[in-house]
Amino acid sequence: MTMTDNRPNTVVGTRLLRREDPALLTGEGKFTNDLSIPGALHLAVKRSEHAHARIVNIDTTLAAALPGVVAVYTGADLESLWAAPMPCAWPVTPDMKNPVHYPLAVSKVHYVGDGVVAVLATSETISRDALDLIEVTYEVLPAVVDLDEALSDKVILHEELGTNSSYTWPLLIESTPGCVEEAFKNAAYTVKERYVQQRLIPMAMEPRAIAAVPQPFGGDVTMYSATQVPHILKVMAALTLGIPEHQLRIVAPSVGGGFGSKLDVYAEELLCLALSRKHNVPVRWVEERSENAHATIHGRGQIQHVELAADSDGKLTAVRFRIIADMGAYLQLVTPGVPLLGAFLYAGVYNLPQAYDFSCTGVFTSLTPTDAYRGAGRPEATYAIECGMDALARKMNIDPYELRKRNFIQKEQFPYTAFSGLTYDSGDHALAAEKATQMADYAGIREQQKTQNVPGAAKRIGIGMASYFEMCGLAPSRVLASLNYGAGGWEAATVRVLPTAKVQVVTGTSPHGQGHETSWAMIASEKLGIPVEDIDVLHSDTAIAPLGMDTYGSRSLPVGGVAIAGACDKVIEKARLIAAHQLECAADDLEFANGLFSVKGSPDRSLPMAALAFAAFTAHNLPDGLEPNLEAQYTYDPPNFSWPFGTHICIVEVDVETGKVQVLKYVAIDDCGNQINPLIVEGQVHGGVIQGLAQALFEEAVYDSDGNLKTTTLAEYLVPAASDVPSIITGHTITPSPTNQLGVKGVGEAGTIGAAPAVMNAVIDALSGLGVTSMAMPASPQTVWRTIQQAKK
Amino acid sequence: MAHHPTGEEIEDTTVIPAAFDFKRASSAAEAISLMGEYGDEAKLLAGGHSLIPLMKLRLAQPTMLIDIGRIADLSYVKDAGDHIAIGALTRHMDVEKSEIVKQHVPLLAHAASHVGDAQVRHRGTIGGSLAHADSASDLPATTLALGATYVVQGPNGQRQIAAKDFYKGFLESALAPDELLVEIRVPKTSGGWSFQKFNRRAQDWAIVGVAAWRNGNNSGVALVNMGSTPILATSVSAALANGASIADAAELAANEAEPQSDLNASSEYRTHLAKVLVRRALEEASN
Repeated sequence: MTMTDNRPNTVVGTRLLRREDPALLTGEGKFTNDLSIPGALHLAVKRSEHAHARIVNIDTTLAAALPGVVAVYTGADLESLWAAPMPCAWPVTPDMKNPVHYPLAVSKVHYVGDGVVAVLATSETISRDALDLIEVTYEVLPAVVDLDEALSDKVILHEELGTNSSYTWPLLIESTPGCVEEAFKNAAYTVKERYVQQRLIPMAMEPRAIAAVPQPFGGDVTMYSATQVPHILKVMAALTLGIPEHQLRIVAPSVGGGFGSKLDVYAEELLCLALSRKHNVPVRWVEERSENAHATIHGRGQIQHVELAADSDGKLTAVRFRIIADMGAYLQLVTPGVPLLGAFLYAGVYNLPQAYDFSCTGVFTSLTPTDAYRGAGRPEATYAIECGMDALARKMNIDPYELRKRNFIQKEQFPYTAFSGLTYDSGDHALAAEKATQMADYAGIREQQKTQNVPGAAKRIGIGMASYFEMCGLAPSRVLASLNYGAGGWEAATVRVLPTAKVQVVTGTSPHGQGHETSWAMIASEKLGIPVEDIDVLHSDTAIAPLGMDTYGSRSLPVGGVAIAGACDKVIEKARLIAAHQLECAADDLEFANGLFSVKGSPDRSLPMAALAFAAFTAHNLPDGLEPNLEAQYTYDPPNFSWPFGTHICIVEVDVETGKVQVLKYVAIDDCGNQINPLIVEGQVHGGVIQGLAQALFEEAVYDSDGNLKTTTLAEYLVPAASDVPSIITGHTITPSPTNQLGVKGVGEAGTIGAAPAVMNAVIDALSGLGVTSMAMPASPQTVWRTIQQAKK
Repeated sequence: MAHHPTGEEIEDTTVIPAAFDFKRASSAAEAISLMGEYGDEAKLLAGGHSLIPLMKLRLAQPTMLIDIGRIADLSYVKDAGDHIAIGALTRHMDVEKSEIVKQHVPLLAHAASHVGDAQVRHRGTIGGSLAHADSASDLPATTLALGATYVVQGPNGQRQIAAKDFYKGFLESALAPDELLVEIRVPKTSGGWSFQKFNRRAQDWAIVGVAAWRNGNNSGVALVNMGSTPILATSVSAALANGASIADAAELAANEAEPQSDLNASSEYRTHLAKVLVRRALEEASN
């Protein structure tokens, strides 16, 4: 074996290429639908073509007679298979209304795409052909598409609930009763805006795919699923189907993106599991693209009523927010909680007295259920306050950057106990904003505007900024409990040094594009002093990694990565005991650096980790009472959320004649604390910014008044391509998190959180000279053109 | 429910086409004979970039596909004196890169470079695009502006159809069911030209597009996606011939159009865009 132990180990912080990429880039990635499963039956789901209708009759005769069709089931046929309804793990209030629903609708359908009939066939093609032969007769009922209409309860969608409102979740924090109202009365300036967060379709590159495979004996079943949450899925599937949890194994093979849309427990997963057990054959299903647009959750979908009060200097004195959140047809896994993930963030990165009046009402509509989508609640909150701040600056006729500077929580105030009682662990918002404005030449653009944005100009230039922060990591467990979240926020890791000094890192995170295999190996390498290429990362299989809380909410590094560091610490401490025993010294007399234990003051007396791993394996010469083998498990439950922050600046040029917005420059300054792999951080920022920019300029799930989705393919749902987006200039400040040993914060959602308000503020800024004061998302050419025409009137 | 950009709604969305049979023709004559044999059940498959998406959405459900993609002698670009002759199976990328096209009909080469994305341009064919007769596609309007003539072949031999007589309605052309488009003849142009494609993403169909050339009092202006067929803006050319200013002529841009409304644009906005883009096109073509 090569002696590498003395080389300086500085892998953390380097731009190591992702080990995941060669397979993915050469088409060798093994996704669920790539698995060869002999004898599998193919599931296809007949879906409702009405947004709201009673099922009158289902005729499956012709479909059942089609050669190759093995079985056809209606919702009523399968009712006995379900031990519990589809799960919602986040009852946000004790009186939250949650309509009972099952994987297939039984008596009523509630959105276009609601599952009605399941077909099992010997080939995928036959299964789809069979769908065309099923005749479902409906009594069509009025659809409810608009949120205000839903709130009116004129048409009640779930009769048994008596209302379309699922819950109202208030958060009123006042230093003295009535102080919010008082502050608005006494304010020098107030802002009142209404923003719409349009529905977005996550559009992961890989649609969902499932294969449930009964094992040869014992009743065990393995389910492969393109999921972000194999561990949560195992628990939920066991509860929903009444399968003993230990008989269930969930594997997430290569997963092609999720953005939250695969953070769920889906009807098709339960159908595949139940029917594979019923027929005792493998059952698989792969989603089609347009099916994905209907049957996989959507994101956002909010109306935000925003009110800010400020004193004569523009310092915020009170804020008030009324949110109406579109739940869609049913509550999926965490649907009701998504808007509340932003509930504490609507005051943004600014000092605010205890004068915070927030409430959110979740309402049912006749549309695809919503759930977590990249940022989940925090992009919405950030948009409300950051666009609101620009509106306030316009009202005061001061520069929006100046207004922000007057309100920023200052560096020396951290750790900062906010109005809400939450502690923001670290931050330096003024620095991030200063760096961003310098890189974007903020002052220069303001000068350029004076000459370019003149009356009659065909093209006007605008600059917009958004200073954001977020609470992510989705932990600590006790705080999640106070929000009635149905799970903990910990993460588990096992670090196993094999006899030959190769290492297995077992993680409970479940990557689907994030590069955990690379980053986790880097963390373990740095800790253990073992070369990164000797470290393998095992994940996303509940038989291999039985404990975990999976990947979402920018939690994997600040929770799962820190858990790995903690497990490494335990391994090192055990190795230290063996080294002390063999070197005949006290454990405290040993130094550990670069994978080598050496006696303080006598560096020639040393043992490398490799030798200790082998010694732990042979167990020939261990301290009395010490267990053989070098392996440790550690579960980390963070003491606080992770609080990344930054400032994004966007510069746009608007073609006044056509309404087309071109992004000229985009600067993203993000502070995610220490960076394990800056290359991966940049990739996360790039992808996140594009997704936020896509909300601002391109994407929208459009429905007609009957609840028909009009954007069902990638020709209509405008996910931008590389040719449609700018190069992104990234930069960082580094403010290490004081709450974890790696000093890290999450970064997966940051770009998305900062981007939409930065872009929209830029578009409005460009057109403010024409009288434009607000702009709907997406700022499509037609929307921009119409807004300009209206402002002219 | 899916939605074709030109407005037709599609009931069942799926990525798996209905079942079909497949035959490969090795010559134009064989293709025509197969078309005669299978009639309405058959569709011609060239590059597949218009037909296959419709089949995946089950908007088109031919039971017989006749593959003409490998008829080698229909892929060429020739200098034929006063015009350029392009074989119907010439890929967009080959039109775009052809030195002959670039020299004599630069507007067409440029328009070809805006079709879809690079993958589409390597597979899709000029004849396929024209025969599909989608008013939202770039090349029907471009060849219309250029006064092209299409050569079609049927059981009784060849005939020529002027581009202005070819487009009959939404995805409808003057091709008889047993006729095959074999060649596109484009007059050589001199003078200025412009291609304005307005869309939200580079790969998309144009929300509105304008193909224009101008040589003194002579001009040709055609509009993409301003009606159920590509539109020849004859009022604009007539006004220019009568000495109107570009700005005044451009105001007539939508005179011949019947613009539809869709997700990206109302007919009102389309009309506005057509005027702006025609003005910009004529300004560029007049420089």
